[in-house]
Amino acid sequence: MLLLILLLLPLVGAAVVAPMKNNARTAKLVALGFSLVSLVLTIVTWFSYSVAAASSGTRFQLELSVDWIPAFGTHFALGIDGIALVMLALIAVLVPIVMAFSWEERIPEGRSAAGFYSLILATQSLLVGVFAATDVFLFYVFFEAMLVPMYFMIGRFGGPRRQYAAVKFFLYSLLGGLIMLAAVIGLFVVSGEQLGSGTFTWVDLQRMAASVPESTQIWLFLGFFLAFAIKAPLVPFHTWLPDAGAEAPVGAGVLLVGVLDKVGTFGFLRYCLPLFPFASKTLAPLVLTLAVIGILYGALLAVGQTDLKRFVSYTSIAHFGFIALGIFSFSSQAFAGATLYMVNHGISTGMLFIVVGLLITRGGSRLIGDYGGVSTVAPLLAGAFLVAGLSSLALPGTNSFVSEFLVLLGSYPRQPVYTILATVGIIFAALYVLWVYQRTMQGPLRGSAVLGALDTVGGPGTMLDPALSAKRSSGFPDLGRREIAVLTPLIVLILVLGFFPGPVLDVITPSVVATMNEVGLADPVGGLSQ
Amino acid sequence: MTELPTVEVASGITSLAWLLFVLPAAGSLILFVAGRRANTWGHWLGVLTVVASFALGLAIFFQTIGMSADQRTTEVHLFDWIAVAGLKVDFGLRLDPLSLTFVLLITGVGSLIHIYSVGYMSHDPGRRRFFAQLNLFVAAMLILVLGNNFVMLYLGWEGVGLASYLLIGFYQDRPSAATAAKKAFLMNRVGDVGLALAIFLLWTNLGTVQYTDVFERIGQVSPGTVVAITVLLLLGACGKSGQFPLQAWLPDAMEGPTPVSALIHAATMVTAGVYLIARTNPIYNLTESGRLVVALIGTITLLIGAIIGCAYDDIKKVLAYSTVSQIGYMILAVGLGPIGYALGIAHLLAHGFFKAGLFLGAGSVMHAMDDNVDMRRYGGLWRKMPITFVTFGLGYLALIGFPFLSGYFTKDAIIEAAFTAPGWQGWVFGLTASVAAGLTAFYMTRLMIMTFFGEKRWEELETSDGGHYHPHESPLSMTVPMIILAFGSVLAGFLLTNGKALATWLAPSLGELREAEGGALPHSVTPWLVLALSALGVLVAYLVVGRRPTPVERPERVSLPVRAARRDLYANAINEAVIARPGTWLSRFLVFVDNRGVDGVVNGTAALFGGSSGRLRRLQTGFVRSYALSMLGGTVLVAAALLVVRFS
Repeated sequence: MLLLILLLLPLVGAAVVAPMKNNARTAKLVALGFSLVSLVLTIVTWFSYSVAAASSGTRFQLELSVDWIPAFGTHFALGIDGIALVMLALIAVLVPIVMAFSWEERIPEGRSAAGFYSLILATQSLLVGVFAATDVFLFYVFFEAMLVPMYFMIGRFGGPRRQYAAVKFFLYSLLGGLIMLAAVIGLFVVSGEQLGSGTFTWVDLQRMAASVPESTQIWLFLGFFLAFAIKAPLVPFHTWLPDAGAEAPVGAGVLLVGVLDKVGTFGFLRYCLPLFPFASKTLAPLVLTLAVIGILYGALLAVGQTDLKRFVSYTSIAHFGFIALGIFSFSSQAFAGATLYMVNHGISTGMLFIVVGLLITRGGSRLIGDYGGVSTVAPLLAGAFLVAGLSSLALPGTNSFVSEFLVLLGSYPRQPVYTILATVGIIFAALYVLWVYQRTMQGPLRGSAVLGALDTVGGPGTMLDPALSAKRSSGFPDLGRREIAVLTPLIVLILVLGFFPGPVLDVITPSVVATMNEVGLADPVGGLSQ
Repeated sequence: MTELPTVEVASGITSLAWLLFVLPAAGSLILFVAGRRANTWGHWLGVLTVVASFALGLAIFFQTIGMSADQRTTEVHLFDWIAVAGLKVDFGLRLDPLSLTFVLLITGVGSLIHIYSVGYMSHDPGRRRFFAQLNLFVAAMLILVLGNNFVMLYLGWEGVGLASYLLIGFYQDRPSAATAAKKAFLMNRVGDVGLALAIFLLWTNLGTVQYTDVFERIGQVSPGTVVAITVLLLLGACGKSGQFPLQAWLPDAMEGPTPVSALIHAATMVTAGVYLIARTNPIYNLTESGRLVVALIGTITLLIGAIIGCAYDDIKKVLAYSTVSQIGYMILAVGLGPIGYALGIAHLLAHGFFKAGLFLGAGSVMHAMDDNVDMRRYGGLWRKMPITFVTFGLGYLALIGFPFLSGYFTKDAIIEAAFTAPGWQGWVFGLTASVAAGLTAFYMTRLMIMTFFGEKRWEELETSDGGHYHPHESPLSMTVPMIILAFGSVLAGFLLTNGKALATWLAPSLGELREAEGGALPHSVTPWLVLALSALGVLVAYLVVGRRPTPVERPERVSLPVRAARRDLYANAINEAVIARPGTWLSRFLVFVDNRGVDGVVNGTAALFGGSSGRLRRLQTGFVRSYALSMLGGTVLVAAALLVVRFS
């Protein structure tokens, strides 16, 4: 019941907010109200979830199931394990932040804030559905449906090339979705052969997984895998992301890269591995190769970007490589690391996107070269950028370190070569973060976006007279109160999860151990405590 | 195999050891968060937290020294940091003679540097930020040495990297500072990869990352893997300690304010590599070839540092390369194994005193000389700043190994031990270290003469803003720390090595210091050889620099070796040619491939299906949109239908 409310509440919110076209402020307040209630409900869900029950073998909790289309054996079935729970928590935290961030965003002419906020709520609802579905067909429906509000957010509220980016995003995802649909149907047919009557229920499908022949598994696996690899995205299916990330309004970009893309990696972990264990093991080298290419290729491309938002997108491609590496290395530590990575990436890249958005709002340009020396006039903004960047490069003490470390440590025993290559990737991560920081934030004030905003006469390279800086900085203001309020929870999460990941890991661990059992492998390194 | 101490749960004041790093960390956090509001009192909070940490460290030290040697190793478990299935990473501390020694060095010298900075940074508008970062540095370094497992070590390890990044780049508006900071962080990360991989290997083979368990079980690991682990750990040490081939960041780190240089070079950061190898001595004890690599790296570095140190005119860079060289001695020492671990730590402590003193002295000189670092503009300063001259002079004598000062005891001991290495190693290590001692005497004497003696070249020169130089002695807050450090420079070596006090104290952590025996040169000869070479270095420096007037402009027509040394023996050029430039090209090339190639295929396929005419594309767009809308509508309908089903 709790999950159903979590699913429907934002949808109701979307319907309530959508008509408020003429009263933007009320629309925003109502939308924010809905998202905050969702946050409270998610906290309730968090505490309703029993780690002890999960440890003793309960696969899903807070379950709800009604017949949907009895002829096909589909159920409207919801339920969560620890992995889905942490994703729900991530959504619930990010949505209010995205709303607060977008409060003063310029809305393109002819569009209304009500529409944008309504779409955010619709996205939230569908994302809850995609993570909470325990029926494969239902999952497919949500998987496809969540494209829709995102398509409109990019296509109606985005940057100059928004149409191109939105169509590309939509068609690419749709293509993956259709291939997956074929696999979903195939799975239904196979289940009919194996179990007597076809089913879409995840638990039943998982139970029969071991008896499905490997050749069949490989075809079905590839169907799901392709959809997830596009969504995640893995190289070489990634080119829609930089376009979508760059053209999407920042708020939508945060949801897109922070949560929506995680459906791909979540899909690997929830569908590919437990439903097709043989195929997963056989094809693991292929996926690992793509993952490691993604880590290095994404990082090198991030280094070479000239556009701030495309830069963030490429860093994400590198990060998705780490997640995929963890998932296809088959150990509890790597699984837990990959799951935690999904959450942490949402927080740190979400923050990076937001900070970049703050920068772009001030300077009016997306180009890295149009900025320089921002720390002189906006030290808090520069500091926030650095915090997000340090989390992105997985500095110990930040949240991302725990997840990246777990992925690498957990992957090494089974996959030393891939892991060594991936570990080299952390040098590139430091390079792309610090180099962009240096170009935009450090050094003397320069760049047309900064100088233009400051209305400086001296031209590039002039040092700002300290006496004038206070007056002039009004053109390029430091963080305001609302912006500080948006960023503070993210910074707190980055630090707290860096030092105290325990509560989150405790929720994740029983579910990844269950996934290990479903794959049929034991941990390569048992550790001393067992 | 090493005899391992029993580990007990900490009691009494030792159980408060977490305050050691929490105090400076809290100071840092408060200063960062409070912002401008803390500008008036922030620096005193910074000083207070480190001094309090030092006082606590002393208390723990005295409690520990009151116990018998086999009870001096204790642990404090704070909480489970990262625990998944079989993996358990403690957030826990290990207090033993080795970590306590470092705690006293870090907080003791750190306190003096903090106090000095109050005066040094008094005119800087960023002083509060400076103290926040300085506190962060101390906190990270304390975590590094206090952690009871490899992941805690890694936390401190990269934490130190962050703090140095912030402090080297402290003058944010200077492009050179930003570049130097980035370079330091990146070269450190190369080393960090080594450390990380070593941790993965330990986990794979032993199923644990806790020191106690690793050291107990390391004997089960195959010899080849042990060598791999030691080499990877060494790579980490090279990054942090500025050892060959990752030494190039250390001199650039001089872009930070001078107290930072003192902190990096004396009390924190560069000593981490030596700590790492000393801490993991049970692993290194198992592999002779692993130790040989360490000793070789140390030997190469100590020579490189000494050669380049001879060529620079920038007072801070000379001292920086001197650090590179001196850390090389320490790495050589710990690479010698049980005959050298304690010697390396002894030299590290002595060096901590005199190098901190030298850097603070250099800062004092710069303070007097309008922040100019070019020694060719100095000269005859001893009259103008007598306290700086005397304290700096004592540090100088300690460094070159003047009889009965610190360096004489600690550096000579390393050279003696180096000569006892078996076969060719003894000759190579011993002779290189001796020659480098001579070079050290040369470059330091050159520095002394150019700075404090000779004509006052600054009298005829103008400062960067067109004024005149008015050298003057620095305020008390700066000179008092210098005086204290000068006492340390004089006495530390004798106190540490007398009756093997330090080696005995460290024995529970490092094993008994084994007497070095045999070897290439008899023990009676080595001190004289080193002394002779050092005297020669002083003499040559006097003849070359002291008896001739120093030109204010740097002579460009110099011999090839000098030119090479001025260019850091081409380390940066090699990095540039081998890594930086190909990397940039690769990145640009890949961006092109991604846009035209990978995305080209995608768009090409789309175009194939969609057709290329504008009319069709409009159709297509409309199609997608209406399709999308109908999907959304459908979903809502399904949901609504469901609700009806559910609640009817």
